[in-house]
Amino acid sequence: MAIPEELQYTKTHEWVRREDDVATVGITEHAQDELGDVVFIELPEKGASFGVGDAFGTVESVKAVSDLYAPVGGEIVEVNEALNDAPEKINEEPYGDGWIIRLRVSEETDLLSAGEYEKVLEEEE
Amino acid sequence: MLDNLIRDKGREGRRGFTLPRFDVEQANLEKILPKESLRKEKPKLAEVDEPTVIRHYTNLSRKNWGIDTNFYPLGSCTMKHNPRANEAAAAVPGFAGIHPLQPESQVQGALQVAYEAQDLLSEISGFPAVSLQPMAGAQGELTSILMVKKFFEDAGDEERTTVLVPSTAHGTNPATATMAGFGSKEIGLDEDGCVDVEELRAMVDETTAALMITNPNTCGVYEKNIEEIAGILHEAGAFLYMDGANMNANVGRMRPAEAGVDVMHYNLHKTFSTPHGGGGPGCGAIACSDALAPFRPDPVAERDGEHYRLVRPEKSIGRVSSFHGNFGVFLRAWNYIKMHGLELKENTDMAVLNANYVRARLRGTYRIPYDGLCKHEVVVQPPKGKKALDVAKGLIDHGYHPPTIYFPLVVKEAMLIEPTETESKETLDDFIGTMLELAESSSEDLQEAPTSAPTRRLDEARAARQLKARW
Repeated sequence: MAIPEELQYTKTHEWVRREDDVATVGITEHAQDELGDVVFIELPEKGASFGVGDAFGTVESVKAVSDLYAPVGGEIVEVNEALNDAPEKINEEPYGDGWIIRLRVSEETDLLSAGEYEKVLEEEE
Repeated sequence: MLDNLIRDKGREGRRGFTLPRFDVEQANLEKILPKESLRKEKPKLAEVDEPTVIRHYTNLSRKNWGIDTNFYPLGSCTMKHNPRANEAAAAVPGFAGIHPLQPESQVQGALQVAYEAQDLLSEISGFPAVSLQPMAGAQGELTSILMVKKFFEDAGDEERTTVLVPSTAHGTNPATATMAGFGSKEIGLDEDGCVDVEELRAMVDETTAALMITNPNTCGVYEKNIEEIAGILHEAGAFLYMDGANMNANVGRMRPAEAGVDVMHYNLHKTFSTPHGGGGPGCGAIACSDALAPFRPDPVAERDGEHYRLVRPEKSIGRVSSFHGNFGVFLRAWNYIKMHGLELKENTDMAVLNANYVRARLRGTYRIPYDGLCKHEVVVQPPKGKKALDVAKGLIDHGYHPPTIYFPLVVKEAMLIEPTETESKETLDDFIGTMLELAESSSEDLQEAPTSAPTRRLDEARAARQLKARW
């Protein structure tokens, strides 16, 4: 399972890419593999605000429905509308076109490095 | 091989019947019906002869895979066999032919069955009051929680806004809380797979209306702390509701009222052998304490000397179903309970024994996340590197309906196996042998399965993404 070095992670299997005060968020390759084929995603509205750990949307696969948790707090500046028509992008390119939201960060917490996230996955096994 | 639709068989103008010639003048539909009631185009009906109709449906029925043809260990589903004696009782003309609007004096026998069914369910649960009105488990849940809501309204307590639900709960539990106008909060599990009592203690306060607990829970584990849990809720003035979906593991062994439960629902179709699968009809009868009894749905059956009648409970939440609930279903349950009497306890024991036999024999090859004594069903995980989906598909090639997979959600790659009380040791041994064989198969081979079913693997993702429900 790919765990890109340059990203940060959560125990709930979201990844974060920081560019200045904007954070792009998606779910990890491990998460999409566990979920199976994604068939539907419920995205938040642009302009909505979330605190660290808040559920900001849901992802539904053939197996289960799961909440998505905000790894950082802030206001949504962009959502990946393309996922509404093509939720399979989350399976195909979880770290690329499968990104989910962009937030302007106003609240932060300690996130996991790639190495630390890898350990989390090992423990889960 | 998939069959063509019957509409795609036959040819234009072909008929399997001949109507007599008109001996009256044909009416012009446009003159006797308003324009908006007329079809714009003719319905696309099949144009086939009678043998084609018979072959089409007979061949479809032969593809039916169910308890009448094969072992069916689907979990979270409970008993599956439909004893034929129940069907005989339901077919008695005096029951089968009555109309729900007949006067009470003409349907005393049916009202007696309703009254006695209430009484039997009361005895089995330990509760003084029962309602047979809800038509399914989820409706029984909703009815129970609406009764709790009405209780607090009646008491003038407006602070009760929250219903607590464990993470193992059936998805219908939080949905019920929401439908009844409550917010729902999730409680985690302890290491045995039971409700985390300390977490519960911290969460319960004056805003808590109820906890919805399933016992045994969806992992097949008995909630060992149920009495302590009831105590915590009662101290805060809240109710303990029990989802009785798995009641077939308790009958004759545990009475929810004695464990501190305030209100519960039964699934007669899961615990007392009335037909289920395919979505109904069911019966989600509820049983409750004296405190909640006045809020039961309308009507309930009552006995007045030798006479039976239907009455509305004093502070009833109102009707939850048309007429008198699913009479044909609680009639079958009444028959089943009467037929077995105290032996019902042995059916419970057999369901639990069978599940534990499967658990013990799969242990070591399959992973058992909660490896204590289970109740009527057991959760297992395939060996590392294998997927529950692949093992399930492999079972199809060996003539088994797969168990429930990917539920409960708290267990990864879950396979929830429920053998039920009706299966012999030989059937279980064959099934276990196949499960062990599949565990040894290569992942590549498993991914090819099924090869013997009418279709190979269906594209579930595409079916969900591009739903096409008509053609």
